[in-house]
Amino acid sequence: MEMVLFFIFAAIAVVGALGGVLARQSDHSALFLLLNFVALAAIYVTLNAPFLAAVQVIVYAGAIVVMFLFVVMMLNVAHRERPETRPAQRYAGLALGGLFLVGLIYVVASHPQLPPELTRSDNVAEVGKALFTEYLLPFELAGLLLLIGVVGAVVLGKREI
Amino acid sequence: MISSSFYLILSATLFTIGVVGVLTRRNAVVVLMCIELMLNSANLTFVAFSRYLSSMAGQVFVLMAVAVAAAEVAVGLGLIIALYRQKKTADVDDVNILKW
Repeated sequence: MEMVLFFIFAAIAVVGALGGVLARQSDHSALFLLLNFVALAAIYVTLNAPFLAAVQVIVYAGAIVVMFLFVVMMLNVAHRERPETRPAQRYAGLALGGLFLVGLIYVVASHPQLPPELTRSDNVAEVGKALFTEYLLPFELAGLLLLIGVVGAVVLGKREI
Repeated sequence: MISSSFYLILSATLFTIGVVGVLTRRNAVVVLMCIELMLNSANLTFVAFSRYLSSMAGQVFVLMAVAVAAAEVAVGLGLIIALYRQKKTADVDDVNILKW
């Protein structure tokens, strides 16, 4: 059962990623990306991380994809005079990507497979406890980083830069 | 129960698709989307190891990565909009003034 669910959602995630890379128009890319993010959220649920699945849907599928769509529609660069990729660039990228994938799979295959551990029950409480005791400083720093990100985005969005 | 390698290979596949997208696409917005794809595949690795090592550290790290990704998208899209205002293009091949 778990295997079946994994393969279904893995297939959806890969289709979403491929569609995002191959789609001709960037708004289609953003929607394929949404498919990928939702499939990954489902995989997080099967990995016993429901809190992160909710975060994934809210932050990635909600905020980030909407922001991408917003910028794509604001810039409106759909009708372009040049093709999206040059053939040499495409073949070189595919070759390098294939080489990279072979290397990654070699690393995964050359290490022993981990046996599945026993599941813990209350995921949200566990994450919250870890976040507010052991990882409190990183948590505060992440908040600071988000503040800096907001300030940076506002400054960059100003008309005269 | 499935072993950890399935998740790692799925993550490697998604990361590679993101790398190929960054290397081949020219629209800066799509390049940023492919970077998000790579961040997501790294998150999948973290969650998988958090499950298989039965440790919460991986999930906390994913939360940090999500915060970084959100800030990165805000700043990155701001950069693309500023670029578009200056040069009327969102094509990464047209932005080569730092290239000698």
